[in-house]
Amino acid sequence: MFDIRKYRQAATAAEAVRLLVEDPAARCLAGGTDVLVRLRELHPGYDNLVDIHNVAELKPIVLLPDGTLRIGAGATFTDIMESPVVRECAPLLVEAAASVAGPQIRNVGTIGGNLCNGAVSADTAAPVLALNARLRLLGPGGERCLPAAEFHTGPGKVALHPGEVLLSVDIPKDDRQGWGGQYVKYAMREAMDIATIGCAAAVRLRDGRMEDVRLAFAVAAPTPVRCPAAEAAARGRSPDEAAFLAVRKAVVEDVKPRTSWRATAEFRLHIIRTLAGRVLAEAARRAEGARA
Amino acid sequence: MRQTVTCTVNGKTLTLDVDVRASLLEMLRAEGLTGTKQGCGVGECGACTVLVDDMPVDSCLYLSVWADGRAVRTVEGELRPDGGLSPVQQAYVDAGAVQCGFCTPGLIMSSTAFVERHAGKRVSREDIRRGHAGNLCRCTGYGAIVDAVERCLKTKPE
Ligand SMILES: Cc1cc2nc3c(=O)[nH]c(=O)nc-3n(C[C@H](O)[C@H](O)[C@H](O)COP(=O)(O)OP(=O)(O)OC[C@H]3O[C@@H](n4cnc5c(N)ncnc54)[C@H](O)[C@@H]3O)c2cc1C
Ligand code: FES
Ligand code: FES
Repeated sequence: MFDIRKYRQAATAAEAVRLLVEDPAARCLAGGTDVLVRLRELHPGYDNLVDIHNVAELKPIVLLPDGTLRIGAGATFTDIMESPVVRECAPLLVEAAASVAGPQIRNVGTIGGNLCNGAVSADTAAPVLALNARLRLLGPGGERCLPAAEFHTGPGKVALHPGEVLLSVDIPKDDRQGWGGQYVKYAMREAMDIATIGCAAAVRLRDGRMEDVRLAFAVAAPTPVRCPAAEAAARGRSPDEAAFLAVRKAVVEDVKPRTSWRATAEFRLHIIRTLAGRVLAEAARRAEGARA
Repeated sequence: MRQTVTCTVNGKTLTLDVDVRASLLEMLRAEGLTGTKQGCGVGECGACTVLVDDMPVDSCLYLSVWADGRAVRTVEGELRPDGGLSPVQQAYVDAGAVQCGFCTPGLIMSSTAFVERHAGKRVSREDIRRGHAGNLCRCTGYGAIVDAVERCLKTKPE
């Protein structure tokens, strides 16, 4: 038995918001792969739940008429991996979803839970930053949209206001079309392991030069981060060894890795520098094949 | 906090009055289906794997109320009506893929889903390993398990 003290099921996102407003101590339960583990471990603060597991409106993955790719917060990792539109429009998200845990967890865990849980190691966090996604939130005052870069505010902390539910992760057309991208997870095992470092990059070329560059890391700082210094070092240059060497140098300014039982800060920095060059290079290579 | 759950378990429709705090694993075992095991209880080992709408899930981390309206399959349901083994179960026996057997019910369900999804497709041993990454086995070293799945995919489905 899970130590659940209060449990209500929501049929719609609006009902979930109403239930969360009614009881500020309650939190959402989506796939439960974070929440139910915390409950097993008897963490306080997880025993009062609003269950959104079956909220149908949170599940679809669609391409909107304006070209925005909208991934429902309730889409599972498996849904993302198997979605033809995500494969086509945001392959780095497919790579991120495929890197999570094993099949059983991927069949249940959701992208919304992955982001809202606030873990710095969340595998979708860096790709969502590199895609410059917008998070669509529904709260008691209505809907608002937040850039992904403003969502993670501290370790385990996100910018959800009281009563808010994440509806979808939106990637506008201009942030995905013509871009090449990649996500690489560095972990000790090839499956069922949390990232030591996660790296996502997206590049758009113009006349053979890297016109737009986005680089993001998980577990490289207290929150998932974009890398403005490394991006500036690459912008406007042709994707060659000299450019990636500059990126490897500059990225040190963007990150603040720490030592944990998984890896030392020095080792993490080594992985960050290596991946920064390698993943950007692959993103640029893929950008060559991308249709504008 | 109780709720009525109507679902099919191994093809049989059940209507149960369950505690909302119960996992699907607890619900199944309370129904006498003790083939499904609990190892870790936190999604790491896969001993509790069952199929929900033909997809493998860790039943230890799945609320029983989520089974409402869905089809659940456990290792017991894989037996043929005449009491014979399913092709996957038989392949495990033939390959010697069972030692202590604690992981086996969960692995059989992962393999069953894997074989159903990949029937007729080309699959490498690496694909099989990835498809079983959510199941731990402390005894066999996995080689014989991969052999069993490989054999199933090579023989024609019934
Ligand atoms: C064995 C195992 C292995 C794992 N491996 C990985 C891994 O490799 N990589 C990785 O990134 N993660 C991993 N995880 C963590 C977990 O599976 C993911 O973070 C998953 O995406 C969580 O999604 P969920 O739907 O299960 O969330 P839940 O557990 O239901 O919720 C997580 C948090 O998000 C909140 N929340 C959920 N949905 C919403 C919403 N729509 N609006 C507002 N708040 C919401 C909840 O209130 C809760 O605080 C692993 C977990 C386990 C048990
Ligand atoms: S008992 Fe469910 S995964 Fe270990
Ligand atoms: S046979 Fe013993 S754990 Fe797999």
